[in-house]
Amino acid sequence: MKRLSTFLIYALLILGSLVMFFPFVWMFLTSLKPFAEIFELKVWPQAPTLDNYREVLFKTQFPRWFLNSLIVAGITTLSVLFFDSLVGYALAKLRFPGKGLIFVLILSTLMVPTEMLVIPWYVMSTEYGWSNTYWGLLFPGVISAFGVFLMRQFFETLPTDLLDAGRIDGLSEFGVFWRIAFPLVRPALAALGIFTFLGNWNAFLWPLIVVQTADMRTIPVGVALFSSEAGTAWNLIMAASSLAVLPVLLVFLFFQRQIIEGVVLTGVKG
Amino acid sequence: MRIVLVTLFALWGAALAQGQVTITYWQYDFRSKVEAVNELIKKFEAANPGIKVQHQTFPFDAYQQKVASSIPAGQGPDVVNLFYGWLPTWVKAGYLQPMPAEYIKVLDSEFSSLAQAAKVGGKLYGMPTAVRSLALFYNRDLLNAAGFKTPPKTWDEFLSMAAKLTVKDGNKFTQLGYAMAPDGQDHHLVREVLIRQFGGRPYSDDGRKVLYDNAAGLKAFTFYTDWLKKYNVGTLGNQFFPGNNAYRDAFIAGKVGMIIDGSFAIGTIRNGAKFNWGVAELPLEKAGGRKINYGSFWMHGLTPLATGPKLAASLKFLEFLVSEETQRYWLEKVGELPARKSLIKDPKLTLDKVYGPFVISLSYAKATPFVDEIGQRKVMTDAINRVLLENKDPAESWRIAAAEEQKLLDNFWK
Amino acid sequence: MKPPEPAQRRVSLATREALWAFAFLAIPLAFFLFIRIWPAFQALWLSLFDWHADPSKRPFVGLEHYEQMLQDRLLLKALQNTLAYTLLGVPLQLLLGLGIALLLNAVTRFRDVFRAIYFAPYVTPAAAIAWVFSWMLSPNFGIVNEILSVFGIPPQPFLTKPSQALATVTMIVVWQNLGFQVVLFLAGLQNIPRDYYEAARIDGASNWQLFRHITFPLLNPVMVFSAVIGTIGFLQLFTQVVNLNFTDQGGPLGSTLTLALYIYQVAFARFELGYAAAITVLLFVIILSITLVQLRLLSRRVEY
Repeated sequence: MKRLSTFLIYALLILGSLVMFFPFVWMFLTSLKPFAEIFELKVWPQAPTLDNYREVLFKTQFPRWFLNSLIVAGITTLSVLFFDSLVGYALAKLRFPGKGLIFVLILSTLMVPTEMLVIPWYVMSTEYGWSNTYWGLLFPGVISAFGVFLMRQFFETLPTDLLDAGRIDGLSEFGVFWRIAFPLVRPALAALGIFTFLGNWNAFLWPLIVVQTADMRTIPVGVALFSSEAGTAWNLIMAASSLAVLPVLLVFLFFQRQIIEGVVLTGVKG
Repeated sequence: MRIVLVTLFALWGAALAQGQVTITYWQYDFRSKVEAVNELIKKFEAANPGIKVQHQTFPFDAYQQKVASSIPAGQGPDVVNLFYGWLPTWVKAGYLQPMPAEYIKVLDSEFSSLAQAAKVGGKLYGMPTAVRSLALFYNRDLLNAAGFKTPPKTWDEFLSMAAKLTVKDGNKFTQLGYAMAPDGQDHHLVREVLIRQFGGRPYSDDGRKVLYDNAAGLKAFTFYTDWLKKYNVGTLGNQFFPGNNAYRDAFIAGKVGMIIDGSFAIGTIRNGAKFNWGVAELPLEKAGGRKINYGSFWMHGLTPLATGPKLAASLKFLEFLVSEETQRYWLEKVGELPARKSLIKDPKLTLDKVYGPFVISLSYAKATPFVDEIGQRKVMTDAINRVLLENKDPAESWRIAAAEEQKLLDNFWK
Repeated sequence: MKPPEPAQRRVSLATREALWAFAFLAIPLAFFLFIRIWPAFQALWLSLFDWHADPSKRPFVGLEHYEQMLQDRLLLKALQNTLAYTLLGVPLQLLLGLGIALLLNAVTRFRDVFRAIYFAPYVTPAAAIAWVFSWMLSPNFGIVNEILSVFGIPPQPFLTKPSQALATVTMIVVWQNLGFQVVLFLAGLQNIPRDYYEAARIDGASNWQLFRHITFPLLNPVMVFSAVIGTIGFLQLFTQVVNLNFTDQGGPLGSTLTLALYIYQVAFARFELGYAAAITVLLFVIILSITLVQLRLLSRRVEY
């Protein structure tokens, strides 16, 4: 009985994997095809080539775009992890007047689509000279309501006794947050980190608006250049997308256990 | 440190003395165009030592948004490349300033009549380097194999060829005679070509009234939708083949006999197609019937950011971009047809196997006076799709389209 | 003399806590006010004006744009579609996400690989996904129709027919969001102390009882988050819709048009940013009301 259910679970997961992973594999296989082969209706490349990768890496500024995206996504992620958990903690575990209102106010910033915000942001950027700089690229995202909400939800599940124990031990409120609460929500932090990084890694609209010069482009803005009026260079888009995605997925594959599970063992559960 | 300061100061002084002006030029990013403009700027700067040109490029798909968001903040292009169909919208929203009146004379006498569409309300808002038109691309190998030696001259010939080239296997197509593309170039075909060939007119002269809601218009529209419903030319490109530009991609894959496309597609088709292909002028309603085509262009406009000394420099650069010399270079480097009459008449062009049919078509091509290019394209695409996808009565669908488009025009001109 | 010491101490403790809270919130609140809320307010304020590139030349039109919305049939279509996407997509995404997360949590071998595979779609850029799906779903050459034909089902048009396009787009979006949803639920499951299960098992609880009385209630905060964020995401659906029908965005026949896409078109193809702002106000009000209702209905205090 137990055997059977284990077998069924694996069967389901494998079936699902095919559905989930096939398009990804196709993207990668397409990146190995020359342009003329793109429109042939075969999944497997007939004459596999690395030309697309050569073109993307050496004939465009892709390495620079990669670096820019890494800087922007990296700094944003660190900042979000710190500030969002700070706010999430305050909203979940501290009592103060206006708490509900402040929470809804912060949440409401998720409800106006970015496309309408880029103009006021750009006016702000030109006024303060942030246009075409790294700070210009990352300032709208350094704290996110998404993360505040996520962290609030996770901090809420922490037993209050545990925090009180810290308070009795003479920790300041920041100490309680930093030494006790913060480490306990590491699964949530890992998730938030991944989402924030990816959100910035794939962001298009704001980087498009705030960047003027080729050397400040991020990956998505750069990749969009492969598409134009007369058609789309799918072979190059797929090569660039693979180059953008594979490192992220590999990092996720190898470090997920450390960041998600390893922590549970060290955490004290009430 | 002091040396740096002194040097900077000296440079600044030199710049002041020379009256150095820096202007910014924007276009969408396309490799051959970017390289060509970089070369042109070198030439221009050499000839005009007081002017520096910054060249910045952006993805085609988000180009309008980029411009729309930048200019209100006061930071953006002085000279900007734009599709002529966006012009009325941009002018109304204050994104362009008119050129001095003396350029109107130049445009009227030296440029293809298409370029008249660069005027709004009698004022000129820019000039084109290159123009484009539509033509029939055909797969010569497929046509020959089916026993056709020449491309079709009339729509009747076109339809019988297309029907013969369409191959089905069960309920799936393996080859199309013609790939219908309402949201590709076919909406232009119906609006500017078929309506006129069938004796109608799409719009009033001032472009403010829809005139196709009559018998001639309906006949043209029904004729087009019948290609699929009655004449079996194949099916919609995107039902046949995957991808964004399914009709063109399927043609490149060698699975379609004929498509109608713009001269801007030449490069892509040349790169991808592995068979013999040719280009022909659009078919006629009947032998000796009216020749008509849809022409369009990208133009260079002046934004309100070009003021003071930047304005004079910008005008100079714009003039340079549309000069005969530049247009000749542009044709060679980018492969786009020149906008000046003097260059279009060049027999080397008119006799060219690929460019020839496009160039000849330019002489009788018309540019639609769009006020909301995307909205108007959608009206026509939807009119066709209602009939082809939802089996609506063509007369009903056509009436809806005319009403909808009139509303767009009224909304703009109110 | 008996000083009311405990009470006084309690007050000062509460004040202390509030002071700490505001210390924690000071920088983030300033950020939200100046970088997110003030610009949003400016954007929405535009709805009272006609757009012009020069800010000093924007004529005040009062509520004209709001009246215009009442007559706009495309807007109505976009609104209906947007609600349909949300009603269809959010529950599907939550159910499938929870199911897969539970399965993944139940296996030990190849767990990392499975997780990475299920996460892959979420990492992949929308343009690449759109291209691959347009191939898989092609009515004529697509692999999905190949599979259907094995079961004797005739080829389906999927993205190319108004009656099927919206559901197809929803499926693709859910497919892509599953990775997000699964990681979230896995984090939530990791957060539930193992001892609870062990204790309950000793008491002889069945798997279903474990799920019903431990997993499900303790997952509530993550559920609330997923429902709210998922709803906000679907109500602002844009990227995938654009990419999946690139040359007729929102088509065929407006069947996939969303509010966010319509706002984009009004703003950046028609340059009517005033009207776009008015529609944004509508979208904002819709999202805010739904979110408040969700928070009220779904949240419950978790007691450990």
